[in-house]
Amino acid sequence: MKVIVPVKRVPDTAGDKPLDPHDGTLDRDRVEMVLCPMNEYSIEEAVRLKEQHGAEVRVLLVGPQSAQSVVRKALSYGLDSAVQISDDAIAGSDAIATAKVIAAALRQEEFDLILMGAQATDARTSIVPAAVAELLGLPALTYARRLQIDGDRVTVDRESDEGWDVVESTLPAVVSVVEAINEPRYPSFKGIMAAKSKPLDVKQLSELGLDASEVGLAHSWAEVLDFEPRPPKEPGRQVHDDGTGEVGAQALVDWLVEHKIL
Amino acid sequence: MSELLVLIDHAGGAPRKVSTQMLTRARVLAAATVSPVSAVGVGAGAARTADRLGQFGAQKLYVWDSEEATRYVTLPVVEALQQVFERSGARRLLFPSTNFHKDVAARLAVRLGAGIITDASDLQLSDGDMIVSKDVFGGATITRSHVRGDRPALIGVKPNAFAAEEVAGGPVEVVDLDVALSDEARRSRVVEVVAQAAGDRPDVGEASIVVAGGRGLGDASGFELIGELADVLGAGVGASRAAADAGWIPHRHQIGQTGKTVAPQLYIGAGISGAIQHRAGMQTSQLIVAINKDPEAPIFQIADLGVVGDLYKVVPRLIEEIRRRQG
Repeated sequence: MKVIVPVKRVPDTAGDKPLDPHDGTLDRDRVEMVLCPMNEYSIEEAVRLKEQHGAEVRVLLVGPQSAQSVVRKALSYGLDSAVQISDDAIAGSDAIATAKVIAAALRQEEFDLILMGAQATDARTSIVPAAVAELLGLPALTYARRLQIDGDRVTVDRESDEGWDVVESTLPAVVSVVEAINEPRYPSFKGIMAAKSKPLDVKQLSELGLDASEVGLAHSWAEVLDFEPRPPKEPGRQVHDDGTGEVGAQALVDWLVEHKIL
Repeated sequence: MSELLVLIDHAGGAPRKVSTQMLTRARVLAAATVSPVSAVGVGAGAARTADRLGQFGAQKLYVWDSEEATRYVTLPVVEALQQVFERSGARRLLFPSTNFHKDVAARLAVRLGAGIITDASDLQLSDGDMIVSKDVFGGATITRSHVRGDRPALIGVKPNAFAAEEVAGGPVEVVDLDVALSDEARRSRVVEVVAQAAGDRPDVGEASIVVAGGRGLGDASGFELIGELADVLGAGVGASRAAADAGWIPHRHQIGQTGKTVAPQLYIGAGISGAIQHRAGMQTSQLIVAINKDPEAPIFQIADLGVVGDLYKVVPRLIEEIRRRQG
């Protein structure tokens, strides 16, 4: 069984997020970049498929040369190999253009299962897994909180607002996972050392048969026109309770009345 | 101008709040361009939404009221929408920016060659162009975007971005769709739908008020208290990642960078310190209240009202007082 885990390099949520004043994209040179935290779950699930089904797992990352440390980080969890799509023309791609690059890269790979995070922690659009599936003509079982592979059948508990839907399809398929699916382990020292020598292919767009006129900032269909920082909030009121709950509760009630909630 | 389409989210024929919120905004936008507002409803019971949608300004309802549509994953809605775009010549669709509908929109965008923008917090028209505001980086920055050129535009609207307002509308013209599902659509089946009883409690993603609990609750039973406060306020229940990871509450209640992003009228956090990962999912709430023992908890930096105290003392008294006022 062959599994491909597309991963994303994202800005650290805890860090600053400067936007490039010229084009409204994230100024990725000025922020600390990390492996998307959601990928810890897709990677963990892939590691489990290695353990249970002897799966061969390959990492896919779309991103500049400097993102290679994130590829190695992903490999350090015990995955087998990686392919990185690196091309200046990709910079600034919107979600659909990014999905096109991922889909073009996947067309050159052999796989039974594509395992993604349900939403990257930066853009949080959640549309890439379904868009990749559509581009490849594959089923997409998204927001998986449980994944089961049985022969060529894949079954997923798909998280819903009320609980979950049990959904199934045949392989090959795209699955995206939510946090509830597992508890990620940390990479081992051995894994970290081994990651340095795992095979890594680096490809450019031309090798994928994808034209530069289909991707990148200038060719994305959705365009950021301008942006502004959210105005800072006025400091609010703070009340210290007297230890009985009475003062705190009264302040809350008064405030809720003042704001017409009660 | 061609019709402005609004994809309806409904539960067996009862429109969810986001549907009437989107229609209200669509009405204003459509009036400016003298274009009709048409709703699109798919799934069992969808036809029953017509009267209600009319009260919020829908002039037409394209409907595929069918059990079959609910038996397969995502593609029944995609294929129904494809047919609506073909028949109506529409160029714009508003859809609920929820997990399920984002999958629909992603596939539809690829099929139509459409541009897609999710999570809109505001929509404006500028020279006929639809300008979409959205919060990025956990609400630290607001961007304004549009779909380039004359491509179809699919715009995801966040629940609670707009207030729903009824109008005295005329009758809704109902147009039945005749969808013959593709073989591809039949490849992914819904085997079972598991709904956990939530009573009358609204979903955290679309509730107007959210009461959330975190590590400070101490254990799972704390969510009984959180739930009680939620119920007296008609609120949904949220949680920090720590509380969800501890197994105190299902992950679908989790708010934050890897959970849901909520923007209710009022957010009340109890026993939540407000790590940046949590704030990324709630700091665009209109009003924020925090109850925490630690006066240095970061959530107080963004709280309109902060109560420093023991939530197990404060919250029961609060519930009691609200009940007393409600008689």
